[in-house]
Amino acid sequence: MLSVLLITTAAFFFTGIIVRVKSMASGRKGPGILQPVYDVVRLFRKGVVYSETTSFIFQIAPTIYFASVIMAMLVVPFGQSSGVLGFNGDFIFFAYILALGKFFSIIAAMDTGSSFEGMGASREALYSMFAEPAFFILMGSLALLSGHTSFQEIFAALHIGSQISYALAALATFVILMIAMIESSRMPIDDPKTHLELTMIHEVMILDNSGFDLGLILSAGFLKFTIYGALIVNLFIGVIPYQYAIPAFFAIQFLLAITIGLIESFMARFRMSHNPQFIVVLTSVSLLIFFGVLLILQKFM
Amino acid sequence: MHYLTIKNNQSVPVSEIPEVSYNAFLILNTGMVAENSERHCVNYFGYKLGDKIKLICCIADDAEHLIYVSSCLVEVGSEHASFTAKLLCFEKFEREIHENFGIQFTDHPWLKPVRYAHDRFDKNQNISNYPFYSIDSEELHEVGVGPIHAGVIEPGHFRFICNGEQILHLEIQLGYQHRGIEKLFIEKKKLNQLTTLAESIAGDTTVGHTVAFAHIWESLCGIKSTYDTAFSRTVALELERIAIHTGDLSAVCTDIAYQLGSSVFGRLRTPIVNFMQEWCGNRLSKGLIRPGKNKFPFTKSLANRLSELLDAFEADFTEMNNELFSLPSALSRFERTGVVSHEDASSIGAVGMAARACGVSRDIRTSHPYGLYPELNHEPIIKHHGDVYSRVQIRKSEVIQSIKYLRKLIGNIPEISEPVANQAIGKDLFSISLVEGWRGEICHCAISNSEGGIKHYKIKDPSFHNWLALALAVRNNEISDFPICNKSFNLSYCGHDL
Repeated sequence: MLSVLLITTAAFFFTGIIVRVKSMASGRKGPGILQPVYDVVRLFRKGVVYSETTSFIFQIAPTIYFASVIMAMLVVPFGQSSGVLGFNGDFIFFAYILALGKFFSIIAAMDTGSSFEGMGASREALYSMFAEPAFFILMGSLALLSGHTSFQEIFAALHIGSQISYALAALATFVILMIAMIESSRMPIDDPKTHLELTMIHEVMILDNSGFDLGLILSAGFLKFTIYGALIVNLFIGVIPYQYAIPAFFAIQFLLAITIGLIESFMARFRMSHNPQFIVVLTSVSLLIFFGVLLILQKFM
Repeated sequence: MHYLTIKNNQSVPVSEIPEVSYNAFLILNTGMVAENSERHCVNYFGYKLGDKIKLICCIADDAEHLIYVSSCLVEVGSEHASFTAKLLCFEKFEREIHENFGIQFTDHPWLKPVRYAHDRFDKNQNISNYPFYSIDSEELHEVGVGPIHAGVIEPGHFRFICNGEQILHLEIQLGYQHRGIEKLFIEKKKLNQLTTLAESIAGDTTVGHTVAFAHIWESLCGIKSTYDTAFSRTVALELERIAIHTGDLSAVCTDIAYQLGSSVFGRLRTPIVNFMQEWCGNRLSKGLIRPGKNKFPFTKSLANRLSELLDAFEADFTEMNNELFSLPSALSRFERTGVVSHEDASSIGAVGMAARACGVSRDIRTSHPYGLYPELNHEPIIKHHGDVYSRVQIRKSEVIQSIKYLRKLIGNIPEISEPVANQAIGKDLFSISLVEGWRGEICHCAISNSEGGIKHYKIKDPSFHNWLALALAVRNNEISDFPICNKSFNLSYCGHDL
């Protein structure tokens, strides 16, 4: 339960901090930290406009997308406290419930019949597909290392091991951070700020969504980031007591937001055709973790 | 001689332009361009003369600094062989003549509408039934963008035929911005109205187009513009170049999502346009250029302000450029993106900085100098790769070059002369004016009538040719690179649509 509370709280500030960092880096004052939340609240109070060419899929997709993110959030643990729904194999559930939400947002985008949205959907599908092996090799290696298959047990066991598991955790942080960037459509994969439909990935898929539906999609986006952030936090806090773990949680989330803000300020987006290469590199980093685990377990002949 | 040789900004009686048969006209003009790569067609247009159409073709010789003008009289709706079959650079001129007067160019590859002029020959041709190139394929897909632009700038419709992410073909349909500017030039009688009209041909090239109009007017009136007027115009042209190039660098950075470049270049543009405000009361230099007079003389105190401003500007500009051109993620977006080959650029008659980025040396400031450019000994900046990188680089280098020119110019401010009394324009004259705006060659042609009014006014913005260069540039590129290719050209919709 604690994790749900913390993730939700962090989600309120996360996007606002990114925007603020970007504003400050370009010499502007920037909007208040809570502005993205106000925007979503405003959207929640609005009605929805549906295109005449869309079917019921377009109408249910935002809800399913939001629900999938909430479900994923429920399995994420926090230190010693397990997630609301923690069970054996919950990391597989985590990945595929998010994939389910994504699947619906993809077919909803296709449903509109817009050529832009079709393009965005195909890009999103491709990049998620490339990112999947990275996540599973990573979590599988950690499961192998710890001998458990639920998030909570994996993370708890990680800290009883040797010093080398912290080195693995650093690599794992990189992989999860990058997956978070891909899944949340941030730079350098996607540019959330652009107005150019032809270069968008996630943004173009939600061009036809409005009002309440758009609010759901945006808030799911806020949550997604902090959920991945929470996974990173879990790699480090292990079994330390709550009075240190909770500040550490917020500190790490804050740091993540600043990192993302700085990346988005000082580099250009990748060329679309370089994205798959970049994402596949994540898989090789995951493989590195896998071999590290094999070394620790002395499974090499 | 089947043609008349004139210089830039020269007026001649229309009757002196030799009139030849269409076949001789075709052989003469295509021959002149084909035999010498230093020659290109700056304008080719028709106008109604009684119930016939008079075609006038102006070929500029860049090496000799001359313009060869010839003419031909044809029937409305008649059939003729096309120039385009021999030389591609006439393609759009002939489409325009076809659209306006229904002249059939039999071997023209594709006589598509250009801009849907209000008094076009075939009123059944309208913007909703444009003959798009289409494909019948299961694998390829079409992506239509616009006419409403995502950034709500100007309207234009782009239709891509793509193989997945790869663009195979781009077709650009324009005409949404057609305001009938050329017709208004005939209808409006007051000089102030006409000048204001010239200022609104393309909002980002106010100085360029107004200078071209002022040159035409002065030439038709037989006034020689004073040294201080030429000085002000040259300074204004170079300032406009700096402002727009810097703004475009900012926009290119926005398109690759490089926030630092976007905001720094955006900030750097502001002092330049604010200086224009200080000088003439308008950030876009409206009201600055007036035919026959130097309305806002360039004073010592303005020179001091500009000199301070340029010092601050240049330091930051250079620093930001060093930053941008050493950023791997930015370079990977620029290099080998949107390549226009040298052959393509010269065959379609590309002009201005877009042509110079492909190694085509085409710069009116050297080839047909006007204003104070002869004194500046302008050397065009040429890049050779024709990609986005070259076009971004050329902007950077031209800004630096313009700063150098401005420093040189404001070191020696001329005395303010008495304004010349307004005169009526000469009767039955033809005049041509070429100006190198920031985007490239601007060509205005005017023909006066026997009452001392304008009978025909023809404007050619550099975008007229360069839109085709953009369509060629994006071929085989990723569709997601289209915005950055587009921005690296930054062509005008209203300059094309008139």
